[in-house]
Amino acid sequence: MPKLEEKPRVFLEEFRVKNAPDDYGMADEKWNFKKFTKKFRIVIVRMDNTEMEFDLIGIQPAFANAFRRLMLSEVPSMAIEKVMIKNNTSIIQDEVLAHRLGLIPLKADPRLFEFRPENAEEGTEFDTLEFSLKIKCTNNKYGPKDSFRAEDLYENHSVYSSSIKWHPIGNQASIHKEADVGPVDDDILISKMRPGHELDMHLVAVKGIGKDHAKFSPVATASYRLLPEVTLTREVDGSEATLLQSCFSPGVIGLDSDGKAFVRDARYDSCSRNTYRYDCIKDAVILSRIRDHFIFNVESVGAMPPNVIFVEAVKILRDKCKTLLDELNSFS
Amino acid sequence: MMKISELPGDEDAGLTCRTYVFQNESHTLGNALKCIIDRYEDVQFCGYTVPHPAEAKMHFRIQTHETPTLDILKRGLTDLQKVCEHTIDLFEKEVKEFTKP
Repeated sequence: MPKLEEKPRVFLEEFRVKNAPDDYGMADEKWNFKKFTKKFRIVIVRMDNTEMEFDLIGIQPAFANAFRRLMLSEVPSMAIEKVMIKNNTSIIQDEVLAHRLGLIPLKADPRLFEFRPENAEEGTEFDTLEFSLKIKCTNNKYGPKDSFRAEDLYENHSVYSSSIKWHPIGNQASIHKEADVGPVDDDILISKMRPGHELDMHLVAVKGIGKDHAKFSPVATASYRLLPEVTLTREVDGSEATLLQSCFSPGVIGLDSDGKAFVRDARYDSCSRNTYRYDCIKDAVILSRIRDHFIFNVESVGAMPPNVIFVEAVKILRDKCKTLLDELNSFS
Repeated sequence: MMKISELPGDEDAGLTCRTYVFQNESHTLGNALKCIIDRYEDVQFCGYTVPHPAEAKMHFRIQTHETPTLDILKRGLTDLQKVCEHTIDLFEKEVKEFTKP
């Protein structure tokens, strides 16, 4: 059996998940900040304005989980919170419509706004964005005569997020641009209407956090998984090699020119235990995961790029510690 | 409102055991802080609980051999803050490196 490198692992066996025999868990070692900084590494794998994949290596699961939880529920974003309905003759009920509007992600950068104080009746230019949605469905007089398609027969039969208009309050127009505060996409369907149906609404967006309502969460998903590892314990070739290949996600197992199987890249393996279904190859592989190698996937909803969201999340934890420390120091 | 208070009952037991109550905190801070404090030399026991899901409270228990728990708590928070600062610095460095043409 090939000697495995020194890394904390969990083994995925046929009927159980087993910890490495000499591994007493990371809970056993003493805390040492210097040692932590020495071991801790970050590798960015993929990054653009909406999606990001990065690795946190050599970190405690408690920290990784804290960062994930913070991104989901404590990093703020702007969302529509109040809807004043002046007229709604469409078939969607007022409350359902208001809920739909709340879920539309806004591009407004939450770092440029403040939280609205709890007892404030009126919003200010620093904590509120105001929008309106006024639209009416009519018969289309100029459409082709012989068509029965809704888009030819009616005007405004589908209401999209592009119809939401921003109304700057106070000095907002000089600080923000309409394109930077409105909905992230123009083609989010809000409602469908027929001639005579009409919407006239005033929308108020405020800053909030995901703990209060999921619509305030700045991420579509933020998750982590442990790095998978596949080790071959003996040579596998011929039909067994192709069978082995089919047991893993595409690209995990490669075949060389002699038809011998080798592990190409286990990173994107789904960690299914399909190999254990076949007696002829179940002895040929060790499946494991590296216990301190976290692969993060962060998908932004559109207001902030994912790398900014992660930094904001860590900053929130840091500031939490700071305020708590200040409080402890002040009363003792 | 104060964010931290002490749970009554440990007053006569010296300074080496306390349960602190954190308002508006939960597993996010609790587990991360526990993970650090649990690894300190003098700490006998450290654990946290969110007693009821409908109450935004987190109970944090520390028992030590000699060191006052308040010192331990402060040290834990300082260390967690240092971890955060290090993570931010390292992450921003890597992002800069990644976006460099």
